[in-house]
Amino acid sequence: MSSPETTTITSWNIRQLAQALQDQTVTSVQATEAYLGRINQIDSILHAYITVTQEKALADAQASDNRRAAGKILGPLDGVPMALKDIFCTKGILTTCASKILANFVPPYDATSWQMLERKGAVLLGKCNMDEFAMGSSNENSAFFAARNPFDIERVPGGSSGGSAAACAADLAVYTLGTDTGGSVRQPAAYCGVVGLKPTYGRISRFGIVPYASSLDQVGIFAKDTEDCALVLSAVAGKDEYDSTSMPLDVPDYTKACQKDVRGMTIGIPKEFLGQGIDREIIAALEDGAAKLEQLGAVIKEVSLPHTPYALSAYYILATAEASANLARYDGVRYGLRIEKDNVSDTMEATRSAGFGDEVKRRIMLGTYALSSGYYDAYYNKTLQVRTLIKDDYDQVFAGGIDCLLTPAAPTTAFKIGEKTGDPLAMYMSDVCTVPINMAGLPGLVFPYRLSGDLPLGLQLIGAPFGEEKLFTVGHALECPRLLPRDIITQAKKKGVVA
Amino acid sequence: MAISISQVEYVAKLAKLKLTEEEKIDYAKNLSAVLDYMEHLKEIDTRNVVATTHVLPLQNVFREDVVKPGLPIKEALANAPDQQDGYFKVPRIL
Repeated sequence: MSSPETTTITSWNIRQLAQALQDQTVTSVQATEAYLGRINQIDSILHAYITVTQEKALADAQASDNRRAAGKILGPLDGVPMALKDIFCTKGILTTCASKILANFVPPYDATSWQMLERKGAVLLGKCNMDEFAMGSSNENSAFFAARNPFDIERVPGGSSGGSAAACAADLAVYTLGTDTGGSVRQPAAYCGVVGLKPTYGRISRFGIVPYASSLDQVGIFAKDTEDCALVLSAVAGKDEYDSTSMPLDVPDYTKACQKDVRGMTIGIPKEFLGQGIDREIIAALEDGAAKLEQLGAVIKEVSLPHTPYALSAYYILATAEASANLARYDGVRYGLRIEKDNVSDTMEATRSAGFGDEVKRRIMLGTYALSSGYYDAYYNKTLQVRTLIKDDYDQVFAGGIDCLLTPAAPTTAFKIGEKTGDPLAMYMSDVCTVPINMAGLPGLVFPYRLSGDLPLGLQLIGAPFGEEKLFTVGHALECPRLLPRDIITQAKKKGVVA
Repeated sequence: MAISISQVEYVAKLAKLKLTEEEKIDYAKNLSAVLDYMEHLKEIDTRNVVATTHVLPLQNVFREDVVKPGLPIKEALANAPDQQDGYFKVPRIL
């Protein structure tokens, strides 16, 4: 039997590749070579990767093929090439967090989520581009280079996990992991036309992901469709003794939820998410989606989450306050950059000033201000109280019999590179649909609904705590067939973008 | 609510950042704009509202106190900018 074409292999989702591996129409080494070839061909345009781990990928693929030959495969993810946002610690592999301060950092241990995947035979293609320390909504805050949106290379892929989203969308990996503190998986998933999940806070271990805002951070998944996403969640969820905030709950086979019917489910539409600033086309798509759910036998109800308008402000105070504390560890002592001065205090100042980028400094400043004497109660403490009110809103809605909520994923589709870099507040506004969910610790699933012009338009589902299965059921019913970007090299030639 | 340059300098000192004059002006402007936007939080009556530091119904997570090997010193020091005799080495403190 002749082998499938390289471009055919890289277009497959996890189940298709797993089936081909099982049928022996392709080997893991062949699939990995196909992906490495494609990365080599187009990633100099997209910049989805910071580091490509070619040697390790091929060795891991060979090991997977050997296991298969011996009849000892480790499950459906064995031999499947994937990638990680460069925020996941990977033992012996450069982990930069897209920051100059960690430009040479090689972790001595693995993030738990990555370790779980590796033990199931995952083949790591590399580490994806991102906004420095996950602070950003466009990937333009990477200290190295900005990633591009595969659907229009003059636009941003979103952020902070922009590289992971672009890699998944452009067939530079079968699936990828990212992190989501205020929308950093869901907003780029919407911009790049892939499925993006932020699970409930506590569903996936945070151990070994470089922390930004610890009470909000959660590992997330990018996949080509909801069923792939469910498959990966089943593999990485669970209690971890190294993360005391991971919940000791059973992990179901989430893929089963994709086969369930939405008939009889009650879907809420929170009116506060349809206000000013949301593109009319996105609201139209949402209404269309709601109508489709009704046709499928679900009940649609308008609901109210009255504290939604305060979530963005509260989020940026809380996230920056936690960040200012978390990033105190970059002091030039134990790892990372050091700019040596006469004494330790000057060394720390010089190191941090040279090593952090503009937005990271801005957020450290905002967070330090919010935590400083005299402002702590007015900002930080107030924010924690507002978070209670936000969470109570959601608790009440779900207690009232709503199975999940349908909302926009972002106010607009992907914006142009450079469009918002001069105005931090405008950039923060692109997270307005996603931040409330982190404040309340809830799961959120973004899925592609249709194209709007050339650009993907995504919608978001929000669930009750640990209600991921319902999100997969509804997401599977509503997602459109996979959206494919136009040829990247043709786009680059047409737009005069030099690789 | 305008943030002054001297407030920016004070906060930068707390955060161990050395800012250029340009950065000070930029941060004063941007932080003022962001804090102005956040003023609306004051509209909410939060008297008698309990603060939520984290969202999970978890308290006092315990595990068995079992001795396990830690990170070997060599690996722990592998990323150190400077080291000596198995320790991290820093410039003088006083």
